[in-house]
Amino acid sequence: MPVPSAIRAAFLIALALPFLTIGAGPKKASADPLVVDLSNHLVAITTGFTGTNVLLFGAVEEEGDVVVTVRGPDQDMVVRKKERKVGIWVNSESARYKNVPAYYASASNRPMDIIASPEVLLDYRIGLQNQRFIGESKLSDDDQKVYREALVRNMQGAGLFGERPAKISFLSNQLFRTDIHFPANTPTGTYTINVYLIRDGRVASVKTTPLVVSKTGISAEVYEFAHRYSALYGIIAVIIAVVAGWVASVVFRKR
Amino acid sequence: MQIYLPIAEISVNIFLILGLGGGVGFLSGLFGVGGGFLITPLLIFYGIPPAVSVATAANQIVASSVSGVFAHWKRGNVDLKMGLVLLAGGIVGSTVGVWVFAWLRSLGQIDLVISLCYVIFLGIIGGMMLFEATRAIFRTRRRGGQIRRSKKHQHSFIHGLPLKMRFYRSGLYISALLPLAVGFFVGMLTALMGVGGGFVMVPAMIYLLGMPTGVVIGTSLFQIIFVTANVTFLQSVQTQTVDVALAILLLIGGVIGAQFGAQFGSRLKAEHLRALLGLLVLSVCLKLLFDLVITPSDLYSVMPGDL
Repeated sequence: MPVPSAIRAAFLIALALPFLTIGAGPKKASADPLVVDLSNHLVAITTGFTGTNVLLFGAVEEEGDVVVTVRGPDQDMVVRKKERKVGIWVNSESARYKNVPAYYASASNRPMDIIASPEVLLDYRIGLQNQRFIGESKLSDDDQKVYREALVRNMQGAGLFGERPAKISFLSNQLFRTDIHFPANTPTGTYTINVYLIRDGRVASVKTTPLVVSKTGISAEVYEFAHRYSALYGIIAVIIAVVAGWVASVVFRKR
Repeated sequence: MQIYLPIAEISVNIFLILGLGGGVGFLSGLFGVGGGFLITPLLIFYGIPPAVSVATAANQIVASSVSGVFAHWKRGNVDLKMGLVLLAGGIVGSTVGVWVFAWLRSLGQIDLVISLCYVIFLGIIGGMMLFEATRAIFRTRRRGGQIRRSKKHQHSFIHGLPLKMRFYRSGLYISALLPLAVGFFVGMLTALMGVGGGFVMVPAMIYLLGMPTGVVIGTSLFQIIFVTANVTFLQSVQTQTVDVALAILLLIGGVIGAQFGAQFGSRLKAEHLRALLGLLVLSVCLKLLFDLVITPSDLYSVMPGDL
């Protein structure tokens, strides 16, 4: 049963409070300027998985802006362009990209362009526009741009790239929280979550925390089995079908 | 209720898939067809990746053919020798087909080829069925029914082919190359389209090989079991696109639906059934053709590159 996220947030923030009181104490030099944690470090894709939210919460020692980026595992992607041939739309030219995150989302408490200059955001690779995909094709620069846009647009359409930065809300001057949404088609792998504390347009502190998305339960075992023992899987699939067909013919013959 | 399919890697509505299996099962019981040519496009329309749809449909057809073949076997309606020759062609054809499938997939053209195969075959078969059935309906109305003589003993180039074989059950003495070629072709279709191929094989057996109608269905079902089993196995090994969970859901719906379909079908006239089936096949064909011809909302598509 999903616990209402508000209650969960309150509970987790209560847990985080001791850190804050230490931070607010006189020994400022030794305190951590940024404390972050997740409600869950494992997103389990079970048989009933339809997407989930992970709560990211934390505290800053002194006031500042907070930016969060979530990056899925890198993968190769192929972008294909359709062309009309003899009246039918056919895949024609294609471009291959390396280092494309399988998932990307960001969040900030204020619009990013107010928080930091484009140069700073580029230096830290914050935001979709600052992700570098390495293209493997001989396309012209103009085409390269179109293909890159198509890649981003398609990933956004699939819900795997965030359309725009999500909102980070401050509950006080120091406490913040945000929900990271993972859709039903979330790819598996190890995700990297970076939290940046930005003051006066400069990154004052960065915290990195991993998040693992993995299949668990029956569906994970079936997938594992299908890929590891594919021949045996094929034989079992055939046996299931033969038995099912035989049972059906026996059951319904008697009627 | 949603269920996450382990191989398709998407979550689907369990009742919708059961209903889809049931609906196609109903139609296959009603019309006496395998239904693979309907289940694959419908799965694709629903959003299951085409590769998974084709491979999983092959797995499901194994079951529906097994359940159908018993009755024919008992009545002696299976020409085993003919079935084995067709099968030999089918095994080679489907093995080549799976290989072609993987090759087209790496080129990014598999979706197009699947759609095109469907448009062509559904268009031809549906058009012919509708034409033939409407003619039959008119003929019975006018009561001017004249039965055409069978052309079994007409001689053509076919009878000049070498490697002649005697098929006692079918009462034929023809070149083995012919059923081998038919089996090969249908095996290719099974791998590429996820169909049993009965809708191509049955007319080919009657008109091309000249087999008596009585043994055609049983023999084709016999061949289809092994060819679809071969495709299931090879797709599992080569592309890992057979989704057992999806196949089981389709099976359950299909088996139940087929029983209702068979009962309902006995109340309709044969030519009306064929006309309806022809219309159905043509509408699936038109929908696929429409999707190929209209300008897509996005001209660019994205796929993981390791496929």
